[in-house]
Amino acid sequence: MSISLEKVSYIYEDNSDIKKPALIDVDLEIGEGEFIGIIGHTGSGKSTLIQHLNGLMEPTKGRVYFEGKNIHAEDYNIKSLRGKVGLCFQYPEHQLFETTILEDVCFGPMNFGASKEEAEEAAKEALKDVGISEELFGKSPFELSGGQKRRVAIAGILAMKPEYFILDEPTAGLDPEGRVQLLELLKCLNQEQGITIILVSHSMEDIASYVDRMIVMNRGRLEFDGDKEEVFSHQEELEQMGLSVPFFRHLANDLKEKGFPVEGEILTLEDAKRAILKTLKKEQTYD
Amino acid sequence: MSILQIKDLIHQYITYGEKEEENQTVNAVNGVDMSVERGEFIAILGHNGSGKSSLAKHINGLLQPTSGSVYLKSMDTRDHEKLLKIRQSAGIVFQNPDNQIVGSVVEEDVAFGPENIGVPTKDIWSRVAGALEGVGMTAYRSASPNHLSGGQKQRVAIAGIMAMEPECIILDEPTAMLDPRGRQDVLSLAGELNREKEITIILITHDMEEVLLADRVFVMDQGKVVMSGKPKEVFAHVEELKGYGLEVPFAAELAYELKKEGIRLSDAVTTREELVEELCQLV
Repeated sequence: MSISLEKVSYIYEDNSDIKKPALIDVDLEIGEGEFIGIIGHTGSGKSTLIQHLNGLMEPTKGRVYFEGKNIHAEDYNIKSLRGKVGLCFQYPEHQLFETTILEDVCFGPMNFGASKEEAEEAAKEALKDVGISEELFGKSPFELSGGQKRRVAIAGILAMKPEYFILDEPTAGLDPEGRVQLLELLKCLNQEQGITIILVSHSMEDIASYVDRMIVMNRGRLEFDGDKEEVFSHQEELEQMGLSVPFFRHLANDLKEKGFPVEGEILTLEDAKRAILKTLKKEQTYD
Repeated sequence: MSILQIKDLIHQYITYGEKEEENQTVNAVNGVDMSVERGEFIAILGHNGSGKSSLAKHINGLLQPTSGSVYLKSMDTRDHEKLLKIRQSAGIVFQNPDNQIVGSVVEEDVAFGPENIGVPTKDIWSRVAGALEGVGMTAYRSASPNHLSGGQKQRVAIAGIMAMEPECIILDEPTAMLDPRGRQDVLSLAGELNREKEITIILITHDMEEVLLADRVFVMDQGKVVMSGKPKEVFAHVEELKGYGLEVPFAAELAYELKKEGIRLSDAVTTREELVEELCQLV
């Protein structure tokens, strides 16, 4: 089972004569249980791409399939698709509106036809997953801190029990603690509930630490799609696209250049620490 | 000469409960003293809700002190007659550019600020051109801001402030939504404005690498300044910063982890270059 895009192109309609395509011939298949990172410069087509994954946008050319079915076919129930493929926009906390946290999270499931009891049950479970304690359920969402508000907004999507969860820069504006909590939550949803996570991020370090597979968008085209190790090995091309590689990969390059040997693919702090300790042990300056 | 003097600043707000006795007063800024010299590059760190953004809004009088005082260029922000002059001297760029774009064409958006403060029309356009050039958005001058990406909008917002030729620019998490190049562009722009035009920069950020650009850093927690000094001095206190829910730059974090394993590295490591140099001396 998967979401797949077949030669998808999208051209924004506006009044100007210049029609600039936002997506060009994108082929992509996203399977169940994956943890995928999407990177790309601003305006590269990331946001347009993710809105095609749950049918919010319809391709100008090409097709989108969910579980083998064309989602823009006339008899396709696109509303049910949106329950299965959750999409969390940037600053989702701006969309909080109910008087209490619990009611806000209930809105999604009730919109999809759940009874009040069912919705509350799903909402409570989702709030527990994102680490919002029960004393807060009756409070106004506007009394919470920035990180908490964002987690409540995310619970609103989780309560619909999506199989695929797409998040557009979910950590923007969060402090370090809030950022780590949110990323750990996504990891947990992926590993324990098997939810496919598709994370759009500008942080190469977060991508390196959390995802397995990476997709790189550049000027509307899907430029790279593969294991993060493989994708980050294209340092020069990534830099030309206005992107970069994780800090620790830069560090490893510098170390090698200055005569400090480090082995293996280095993307994260843990990778760097392991490789440096290994070298120092070999050099017997440390044991 | 100092451009900004903050004395015993308290900013209090009330959260209203269902009943009157449930109302709570919160001191978002709780006794801050701060003095910033003309031409300094300052960074302010702190977790969400620590009071950084409230403090920033006091600098140009968007918020008024509950008690204490804020002087910008010796002008008291409580003096309403001076507010226009104060806001002309210190502009704020916020995190989310969507909330600060007003024009329907990029050029007009950038012109809004200088026009508002009474710059003569013939000067406005040269200022707008200069500001757009400075942020690398000249090619988009006739575009609609709605068609720009988040990073591009942010650069337009910065151009709007620059066009007012302020002496102090406050950047409230300006790179939170930008891609690596956009972030690099905004940061080098801030550095350039600071070095070449001697504009005082106050950068509020969650990104520890960005703090390394600053001359001095202030760490806020629960409305108070709890640490201050050169970035190197502050980042040597890894445990203390973690206690405030913060991090240190990547190189300092890795050095800290290696030191825990018994590797001899100095406390002064904050950049990639320094870490590489110290490690190379060990082999």
